[in-house]
Amino acid sequence: MKNSRRNFLKIAGISALGFGVEPVFDAFAVSEGQEEIRRNKNALTGKRWGMVVDTRKIHSSHDLEPMIEACHSIHNVPKIPNENHEIKWIWEEEFEHVFPNKGNEYLDERNKQLPFIVLCNHCENPPCVRVCPTKATFKREDGIVMMDFHRCIGCRFCMAGCPYGSRSFNFRDPRDFLSNDETDPLFPTRMKGVVEKCNFCAERLAVGKMPACVEASHGILAFGDLNDSDSNVRKLLKSNYTIRRKQSLGTGPSVYYIV
Amino acid sequence: MNDKKWIITGLVIFVMIVIFPFLPNFGKAVPVPEPELTPEAKAAGTCVLPKAEMKAGHMKILDLWRDSVVRKGKRTYVNDSGKEFNMSLSSGEKSCIGCHSNKAEFCDRCHDYASVRPYCWDCHNEPKEKKL
Repeated sequence: MKNSRRNFLKIAGISALGFGVEPVFDAFAVSEGQEEIRRNKNALTGKRWGMVVDTRKIHSSHDLEPMIEACHSIHNVPKIPNENHEIKWIWEEEFEHVFPNKGNEYLDERNKQLPFIVLCNHCENPPCVRVCPTKATFKREDGIVMMDFHRCIGCRFCMAGCPYGSRSFNFRDPRDFLSNDETDPLFPTRMKGVVEKCNFCAERLAVGKMPACVEASHGILAFGDLNDSDSNVRKLLKSNYTIRRKQSLGTGPSVYYIV
Repeated sequence: MNDKKWIITGLVIFVMIVIFPFLPNFGKAVPVPEPELTPEAKAAGTCVLPKAEMKAGHMKILDLWRDSVVRKGKRTYVNDSGKEFNMSLSSGEKSCIGCHSNKAEFCDRCHDYASVRPYCWDCHNEPKEKKL
């Protein structure tokens, strides 16, 4: 068949029509499948997760140990003997270190010797997120300041940025300090050269469970949505005087302490 | 100019040195390994996506899933036929490793062949190996 201008135009016209209807077919094709990525059905959701620590219920380190143990065991946090290499997500600290700008010269006896529990404050305005060059640390929509360990390059800017010392750096391979039967298979370990910290048990919230420390706390810790005026934490905040750590820095910590 | 024998000997030695790493496998192509399926995986019949797509694109899926889980908190994947999966490499029953619990035969065999060294297992916990 000899190609004529007439034939060429016909073919061009039909092709144009074909491309024109293709998106329509595509739309139908997509609507047939039901591929979807979504939250778990029983996931706990909030606008701004927060925690209230009722220090009136703490009597000694003995009350705090189960929380620390619960957290560190499910998150495969190694116990490294050398203090300089220590990894901690939640730990105990004394008043003058928890609230350095509230340290009166003559502090009451109880608070002076009481062990406080400290963890990442999941700040409203987190400096660690601001300084992270790779966006490995970021703030989720529900207020949790999370880390994507895959992305962390170990620059430690976040550790310099965090005014609470909530972050630990893996100077050593954590697996050297975790025996096989100690390791919880449900949570990954980290590798050398990565920073880590508390994640408010994002992996547990996703399956409808409360954070591990809260479950193990016998009522010392309360966890809930600070944005919801009917939540348990808001009720506690309404009826008790609370303080937050280094509030004047403007980071907006989400962990409150009833003292 | 009577160095011919030296030059030729030198050349032969040189060529031998260059090709000696290839000699042991010369003419024998190593067969492409096939990943082995666990009974669970066989029973399920199809993975998250059809086999061809998984073969070609599992790394992209893992990458997308990782972002979805870590950043958006969306951890459930529903495939075209309405089946639900836990979007996780190594945690629990409905994760990748929950079904493909034979890492050595399923993952490593092909990765070794293709000389790919993903760093998944530097952090994620390897499944307790089951004997097939």
